[in-house]
Amino acid sequence: MAPTELATSRRRPRGVDTRRQTIWIWAFLTPTIVLYGLYTLYPIVASYWYSLVEWNGFSSSQRFVGISNYQAVLADPAFWSSVKITLVFMLLVAPARILLSLLLAMLLNSPKLPLRNFFRTVYFLPVVTTTAIVGVVMQFVFDPASGPFTAFLKALGADTGIDFLGDSGTALVTAAAVYVWKFFGITMVYWLAALQTIPNELYEAARIDGAGSFHIFRYVSLPLLMPFLLIITVLTVEDTFHAFDLMQTMTGGGPFFSTEIIEIYIYRWAFSASIPQLGFASAAAVLFGLFVMVVGALQAWALVVARRSRKELS
Amino acid sequence: MTTLTRSPRAAAPPAESLGRRIARRAPWWGVLLLLAVLALVWVYPFVWMVSASLKSSLEVFTAGLKLVPEDFAWENYSRAWTDANFGRYMVNTVILTVSTVVIVVVRCALAGYVLGRYRFRGQKVIVGVLVATLFVPTGYTIIPIVKLSMELGLLNSLTGMVLALSGAANVSAILIYAGYFRQLPKELEEAATVDGAGFGRVFFQIMLPLSMPVTATVALLTFLSTWNAFFLPLVFSFSDPDLRTLSVGMQAFVGENATDWSGMAAAGVISILPIVALFLFLQRYFVEGIAGAVKS
Repeated sequence: MAPTELATSRRRPRGVDTRRQTIWIWAFLTPTIVLYGLYTLYPIVASYWYSLVEWNGFSSSQRFVGISNYQAVLADPAFWSSVKITLVFMLLVAPARILLSLLLAMLLNSPKLPLRNFFRTVYFLPVVTTTAIVGVVMQFVFDPASGPFTAFLKALGADTGIDFLGDSGTALVTAAAVYVWKFFGITMVYWLAALQTIPNELYEAARIDGAGSFHIFRYVSLPLLMPFLLIITVLTVEDTFHAFDLMQTMTGGGPFFSTEIIEIYIYRWAFSASIPQLGFASAAAVLFGLFVMVVGALQAWALVVARRSRKELS
Repeated sequence: MTTLTRSPRAAAPPAESLGRRIARRAPWWGVLLLLAVLALVWVYPFVWMVSASLKSSLEVFTAGLKLVPEDFAWENYSRAWTDANFGRYMVNTVILTVSTVVIVVVRCALAGYVLGRYRFRGQKVIVGVLVATLFVPTGYTIIPIVKLSMELGLLNSLTGMVLALSGAANVSAILIYAGYFRQLPKELEEAATVDGAGFGRVFFQIMLPLSMPVTATVALLTFLSTWNAFFLPLVFSFSDPDLRTLSVGMQAFVGENATDWSGMAAAGVISILPIVALFLFLQRYFVEGIAGAVKS
């Protein structure tokens, strides 16, 4: 590219070389357009087509059947059960992760606390470990015969003989507890980032005015943390819909489908059934995608509304 | 929330009685105790796993809560590494992860640069589409991905896995890059353009080196998600066990040897050790990268 102006003038006339620039811009976008297009965008669109065909096996032929897959999915009680389980799981996990980690982040945010960084590292440790490996290991940790958790209960004299992951009454709650343990550190780091944004002078000022801890929390921290609460809720809720790795390796959706979240339901019909029902599974996947999007949209809307009301207040 | 009290340094009471000092400090001890108990719960499963990986097959079942093995059974590791094929799975995982990190960093840096630094027709559409797919679950796209990979002849290959994982949304990586490049001062490329540097040279010689902090974060987060990936490698290695990654191999191993607890634990330690070591060394980048999601 030839310099189109004298070295003395610092400003280039607009529109110079724009065509060449446009070519460069699209060349830079090409790798993303190709890869993202093939493996993210195309699958999203293709799912809709696949959900309208009857199709059993990746190499077999497809027959157009219209919306009958959707009718079949919506008529399947197991599908509704998996929707319910996904929501219950979210309700078990999200509040615990969001509120408990806020509490812990507040403790860890205090500069006077000894061993602060050590505790942070420890609580964050499970986040970086492979979820699928954790899922497998937890099967052993909760083993009713010789797992360490049972041994621990025995030592406390509180052994109830419950098979936590093998009993359909307790499996989902146990899975939720493991999930909270595993991803707790992420939410904690979010909160710590949020707390960093509150200037220390505010606390000092409140203290000089004679405010106690509770009042400081109620009137200083809480209002300032509100916007973060919404964002963190959005991120955490979306997160709970991606529990496939943990569930598949820890319970496989069992016992008696009691931990079959939607992702496992889709997986079962597409990959682990003796005759795969790919059209049927695609219909379930499209519904799942819509479900995730609707929840996301609702939360985004809540964010916007909250922002607006805050602007009006200030 | 009594724990958040800090004695105002400026106006400390002249002489505090011992009893009162203990009363004021008591919450701290309570907090520390609570945090320590929690920390124990948080590390215990890993400690147990390491301990089980060093016990004999029999001792795992009988030891109860005792963590220190009678004598160290290192053969568990050789069994996991060779007999259970974890050496192979490790190589696969390393190849898969490194390739994916390189591709994702390059493509997100390129895309983030033009999206953040230039205005062009169609830009709004691209950003809109990217943001709309921020939360796409793998469970939703997996069937078409498998079908497509099959038609491209990439289904039972590491290449196919790398491409599929590199083609995952990675929207946040692009947005982080875009945000970073947007705030760099204009003078940078103006000076270079005056010196006759073209579009490509400005990027590769000036912009890319400047974006190292972002690159470190994006590379680490991509490393983390690829190393820990499970759904996609699982489906891609159905018909070829030699393509399994560590996470898929772990599940298969337990499916085949349900009673080999110490072998399972050794395999688990082998799989988790690299990523945990990386985390401990580069903790700051990990945490900053994840916290960035909220700040932006």
